[in-house]
This record gives sequence, structure tokens and C-alpha cells, in this order.
Amino acid sequence: MLSFALTVLLDGISYGMILFLISVGLTVTMGLMRIVNLAHGAFAMIGGYVAGYLTQNGGNFYLAAIAAAAAAGVLGGIAEASIYRPLYRKGELAQVLLTIGIAFVTTGAITAIFGAFPYPVVFPDYLTRPIDIGFRDYPAYRLFLIAVGAIIAAVLWLVMDGSIYGARLRAAVDNPRMARAVGIDVNRLFTLTFIIGCGLAGLGGAIGAGVLSLEPDYALKYIVLFLVVVIVGGEGSFAGSFVAAMALGIIDTLGKYFVAEAAPYLLYAAVFVLLLWRPKGLLPPKSAA
Amino acid sequence: MIRPRTGPALAAIGHALPWAIVIVYFYAAPDQLGFGTQVIIWILFAMSLDLALGYAGILTLGHAGFFGLGAYTAGLFAIHVSPDPLLGHLAAVAIAALFGAVTGAMILHTNGVTLLMLTLAIVSVLSEFANQARGLTGGDDGLQGIKLDPIFGMFEFNIFGKTAYLYAAVVLFGWFLLAWRLVRSPFGRSLDGIRQNPRRMRAIGTPVWWRLVAIYTISAAIAGSAGALSAQATRFVGLSVLSLLSSGIVTVALILGGTRRIYGAFLGATIYFVVQDYSAKISPFFWEFVVGGMLILTVLLLDGGLLDLGPAALRLRDRWHGAAKDGE
Amino acid sequence: MTAPHTALSVRGLSKNFGALVVAQAIDLDLAPGARVALIGPNGAGKTTFVNLLTGFLEPDSGTIAVAGETLIGLRPEERVKRGLVRTHQISTLLFENTARENVAIAVAEREGFAWRMLRFGKEWRACCAEAQGRLEEMEIGGAADRRVAQLPYGEQRLIEIAIALSLRPRVLLLDEPAAGVPSHETELIHQALDRLPEGIAILIIEHDMDVVFRFAQEIVVLVQGRILMRGTPAAISADPGVRAVYLGKTAV
Repeated sequence: MLSFALTVLLDGISYGMILFLISVGLTVTMGLMRIVNLAHGAFAMIGGYVAGYLTQNGGNFYLAAIAAAAAAGVLGGIAEASIYRPLYRKGELAQVLLTIGIAFVTTGAITAIFGAFPYPVVFPDYLTRPIDIGFRDYPAYRLFLIAVGAIIAAVLWLVMDGSIYGARLRAAVDNPRMARAVGIDVNRLFTLTFIIGCGLAGLGGAIGAGVLSLEPDYALKYIVLFLVVVIVGGEGSFAGSFVAAMALGIIDTLGKYFVAEAAPYLLYAAVFVLLLWRPKGLLPPKSAA
Repeated sequence: MIRPRTGPALAAIGHALPWAIVIVYFYAAPDQLGFGTQVIIWILFAMSLDLALGYAGILTLGHAGFFGLGAYTAGLFAIHVSPDPLLGHLAAVAIAALFGAVTGAMILHTNGVTLLMLTLAIVSVLSEFANQARGLTGGDDGLQGIKLDPIFGMFEFNIFGKTAYLYAAVVLFGWFLLAWRLVRSPFGRSLDGIRQNPRRMRAIGTPVWWRLVAIYTISAAIAGSAGALSAQATRFVGLSVLSLLSSGIVTVALILGGTRRIYGAFLGATIYFVVQDYSAKISPFFWEFVVGGMLILTVLLLDGGLLDLGPAALRLRDRWHGAAKDGE
Repeated sequence: MTAPHTALSVRGLSKNFGALVVAQAIDLDLAPGARVALIGPNGAGKTTFVNLLTGFLEPDSGTIAVAGETLIGLRPEERVKRGLVRTHQISTLLFENTARENVAIAVAEREGFAWRMLRFGKEWRACCAEAQGRLEEMEIGGAADRRVAQLPYGEQRLIEIAIALSLRPRVLLLDEPAAGVPSHETELIHQALDRLPEGIAILIIEHDMDVVFRFAQEIVVLVQGRILMRGTPAAISADPGVRAVYLGKTAV
């Protein structure tokens, strides 16, 4: 019984880690620049496909994962400079539509290049085997996800709390106008953060391919999940997105185990109720107005 | 905004043209009435979205929920209650409107991304439910075997699709007249005001939430009507009617044509389906490219959708000549 | 309770955000036809006070009544129906519409025509006619057909006032009506203020002391959420406490 509960917990947390990794960039984008970015999933997808391509052709998994993050980051930088910057002034509807368009185009491009079937990332042997963790054998892959997720979350936390960059970022999210007034270059901050966020998403897409499988409709299919993490956690809230990702991961896993058929729509129903109760999210940053 | 009127002759042509095309198509393409009917249905669907999204500014990606509800209601009504198509249509509109009123009342005090997420949640719940309730909806296989009586006992639904086409065209015309009147009315203006500046509208005493719920309900009813037409024209209801993808498609169609322009839905839906049909023949992924590209360009360059091409070109010409058209 | 001929009656209005007190037991009465200015340094709580009155903020305690009817618990749009109308510090208009349309929509709302969906021709024309009249009262009748976005800022401020008046207010809150208006246009605003109907109780929030002294019969000084003093313009400007608080914003 305990073994089962722990299994569910580990499954949920590992899933949640990937959701967090991918969504953390989105929550900062939406919280900082107030841009609704429905194309965020595309960066995760691109990272995944890059890693998939490299590993399928014999490349080292870890290098491929780094390449995935880099590719997504670079593309993010280009996109930010060219497409996203004019979006800020255009209002929510325009942002929604334009980013949906980007997601569509990316989907089409992926289908064209890689085909319509699921595209695997080749993980190293020792990750695909189960490990004995005491009370049972458990997939090493999921433990790997938890480890990587926790390390990155810790690093991000340290950066957010302990570095000047982090302080500036938090200030800018809390109150962009005030931040500008005290001399913080919010635009440059945003560009850098956007690139990092896309890079993290790419990494998440790459290492998380065993949990969120890579297919051309990845971007459109999973963006709802990422949005849920962001909105439920509170836009711009780093801690909120972590909590929401964990909660989403565990609830979804619980659902799959217990109420398999009802799982998906119980989740959405829960999101619905939660948003009505707390429209600004669970842990919104201070100035969410 | 109620856009400034063009000269009466131009306006008359502008009005006659879309309807002339609808009629001409009936005679010119008798073997492709199915395609034409689909376009008409999606014009209606897009028009319903224009009322909620375009005029009132309700940010929603959940409109397929009403379309799908209408479709399933009409289909199930024909199978379980009565094969009378008009009764089934009415039932579909009523159910969609009721659902619109109830969900609208629950969510329309929010706005922005929160509202968007709530609409996404609703349509996702509906979509999953339809997927699971295989006994009711046929699940993946869809609702089949819908048999309909002839309309008024005279006009029979058959594979030639003439009845379906004209039926859809008449329904579109009816709703169009209502929507047209609505949009120019004080009610329509107050919604436009809410979209532009809810604070200003509150400051003049407008009960904002009530107005939004009202237009959301009307919009849901019309979307439900389009769904009913879809079910009745094809005698089939698949899961796609309730899908997030459908919500996305109708939004794309509307934006392509232009929001807040009476015929924007007409242009946008037509272009979308022509493009989709054409590019699907080239290759399965081509249409995603084309549609995505069109969406991006439309948003970046044309504020008012493709119907804005004319006025936009004129503005460009005036700026070129140094003359200020709008007194800038 | 409150005498029925008091236009606005505020008693013990208080609001705090944790340790931050933004309104402290504010008492204020406005008789019909009153011309009262609310002044105070930045951060004194003037905007908060207006938000409490108009219903965008809920007080922790206290009462607000217009012509004897309480406003507590009513939503902002309901308070407008009871006769409490405000203008905004920054032009809050429908920029895509014409000046006349902006006012006509307000008239339609007042008359209850704003619900009309199908039969509305005659009623809407009547609203437009009244709107034209209101604009002419503000001496900007010529701008009626122009889109607000293209009008000079001073005219936009006048449209704000025209809209407010067309709602037939009992109490009018003017939030810095001349704020942001270029100096060559301010006289128009001042004249419009002079011509405001006599029966309305008016509370004007202002920083511009010229306006205050020209317009107000009485001045209320708000500091850190508390009413420091209330009196005639002469009394206020002579008071050393007020001067100290204002740190040089004298206007004698």
C-alpha cells in the first residue's frame, strides 16, 4: 500500500518536474512582459526533436540535451527580436492569434521534416532500465527526471534569490514601471529571460520525451497543460509554477491510476473550479492587478 | 466601432455580392454542394464568434463547445426523439443557448488570460466527456445513422445535398439579419464600448456582466445552430465538432476575414476552407503552414483581417501622397 | 439619519490595507449645489477616497449615501444609477467612436435604451440629438462627428464632463479635470466648470490651486487618509498647518 502510494508520488513528481521545466519560462514571459505565448510548447517540441535527431544518429544523450536547449534558446532569441517584441503593444487577442499561428507553422515544419509519427529520443541504456529503490524496482528514467528537475529548480531558486539578475527580474515582474524608473533595463532583461526560458523548455522537451511523447501536434496538444501550470500557479510566480506543476503531475497521475476514464476531464474541471475561486492563481506575485 | 459608411452604390454591391455568390454557387457547382454547405455552416459559426469575440471582446477559445453541443443535440434528437429536422434544430439552439447562459454567468466576471483558460477548460471537459460517453456519442466512431424527415414534409435530405445547402443558406440569412440589426443597435454599441473600455462603460452605469452574458448566450445559440446544421447536413457527428482544434479553426477563419466587419466571417471561412482543401491535396502538413502563416501575417500587417486589404491599401496610398485621410 | 436634502453623506469611512491606513474615519457632507474641492499632497488618499465612493473599493467601515439612499453594497454601475457620477483623471473614452456617439451611448444607458436590440431607430436618434446638445453646451459641438482619438486633449476632457452631465448626476466627482491639458486649452475647461448646473453637488479633486480658488466655495484637505481641515478658501490658505503639509504649494 505504501509502496503504491510512493510509486504514485514518484510518478507524479517526475511528470511534474518536466512540466515545471517547460513552463517556468512561460510563467516569467507571461508575468513579466504580459504576453500570452501559446507557442511556448513549440520551443519544447523543437528541443525534443533536435535531441531526437541527434540521439537517433548516434549522438551522446547529454550533449544532445544541451544542444536541444541551445537550439531552443537561439530560436527563442530570434523569435523575440523579430516577432514577439511588436506583440507587447498589440493586446491579448493579437498575441493569442499570432502565437497560435507560430505554433501551427512549427507543427507544419516538423511534420514536413520529421514525419507525422511519434519521434523517439534515444536514451542511454542505464536510464531505460529499472533500479531497485528499496521497496520496488522503479524506472531509472523517472528518477533521472526528478534529479535533473530538482537540480535545475534549485539553481533557478538560487539565481532568483541570490543574484542581481534574479533581484532585477523579480522587481521587474512585480512592478515593471517602478523597475524601469530605478534604471533596470527591462527590455534587455526580458530578452535574456525569454532565451533562458525557451532553452529550459527545449531541455524539458528533450529529456521529457519519455513522458510527453514527441509528435508534430506536441505544441498544440500540450500548451493547455503548460498554460494550466502557469495560470494556476500565478503568472510570473516562480514558486507558484513549481507548486502547480507538482500538483498537476500528481493529480494527473492519481487520476490515471484510479479513475482512468474520468481523469482528463476531472483535471480540467478542477482547473475550472480553481480559477473561479482564485482568478489570479494560487501564488500570484504581489502586483498581479 | 461601427465603421463609417461607404457610398450607397458601393454598399449595395457589397451586400449583394456575398449572397449572389451563395446563390450562383448552388447552380454552378451542383456536384460540390457538400463543400459549399460546409463553408456556409462555418460562416455561420464564425459569425457567432464575431459577436462574442469581435464585438464584445470576450476572449474565448471554447466556442466549439457550443457548436459541438448543437451538433450532438441535433443528432441525438433525430435518433431518440423525433426525425423532424426543424424541431431538432430548435432543440440544439436551446441547449446551446442554455449552456452559454450558465457558463457565461459563471465566467464572464473574469477577463484576459483567466477567461481564456476557463473557456479552454470548459471545451476540454466537453470534449473529453464526449470521448468517454461512447454509448451516447459513439465516441471515436461518431454518431451515425441520423435519419431526418424532409423539411416541411417536402424537402428531402439526400446525397445530392440540395436541400442541405439551401437549408443552411436560409438559416445563415436569418441569423445574419438578426446579427446585423444587433450590431447596430444600442445594445451592440454598448458591447463595443465594453470591448474598448469596460471602465468607461461602468462609469455610465452599464451592467457589464449582464450584457456580456446576454451576447455570450446569443452567440452560443447561433454556434449551436451551426452545429445543428452540420449534424443534419452530413447526418453524422464526429468528435472534432467539440475539439479545441475546431475552436482554433473558427477563430482563424474569423480573423482572416476580419472581425467587426459584417462579411468578415464570409470571407474568412471561405478562404480558410478553400486553402485547406487545396493544400490538403498537396500534402497533409501544408495547410498548417499556410494557415499559420496567414494568421501571423494577418495579425502583424492587417489589423482588420483580409477585408482590410482595401482600406489598408488606400491608407498606404494617402500616406504616400502626404494627404491625411483621417485628419491626422 | 441624514437629512434628505443632503446630496452626499459620508460617515466614518475607513479603509486599511494591513498596516497601511488609506482612509481614516472620513466624514463629509455635500449639500445640493455645493462646490467643494478636495486637496492634499500625493499619496494622501484622494484617489482611494474616490474609489471608495464609486464602489471600486470596499470600505472596512462607514456609510455612504446619496440623497438619503445608502450606496454601501452597490456595484459601481448601480451607484451611477443612484446619481453618483465621476470623471476620470486620464481620459477614459471610447476612442474608436465619435464624440457624439460617446455621449449618446451614455444617454441611451441613462434612458434604459441600451438594451434595445431590434427596435431602436427613433430612440437612438433622440439620444444622438441630446448628445449633440450636450456637446454644444461644452462649446465643442463642431467636434461631434470626429473620432475622439483625433481630438485635442482638452476637448477630450470636455467630452468626459459632457458624458458625466448627461447622466443627470446628483453628485459629481471631478477627478483633476484639467490634468494634462495644455495651457492654451485650460481656459475652456475652467469656463465649462463655471457653467456646471447649479443643482449638482460637486466635489473636485485638484492640484491646480488656480482652479481650486476660482471654483470652490469650500476646501477639504486630506492628508494620509484623514481630513486635516475643512473651510473656506481663505481660511485654508491662511492655516499654518495646511501650509506645512503642503510644503510650499501656496496659492494666496
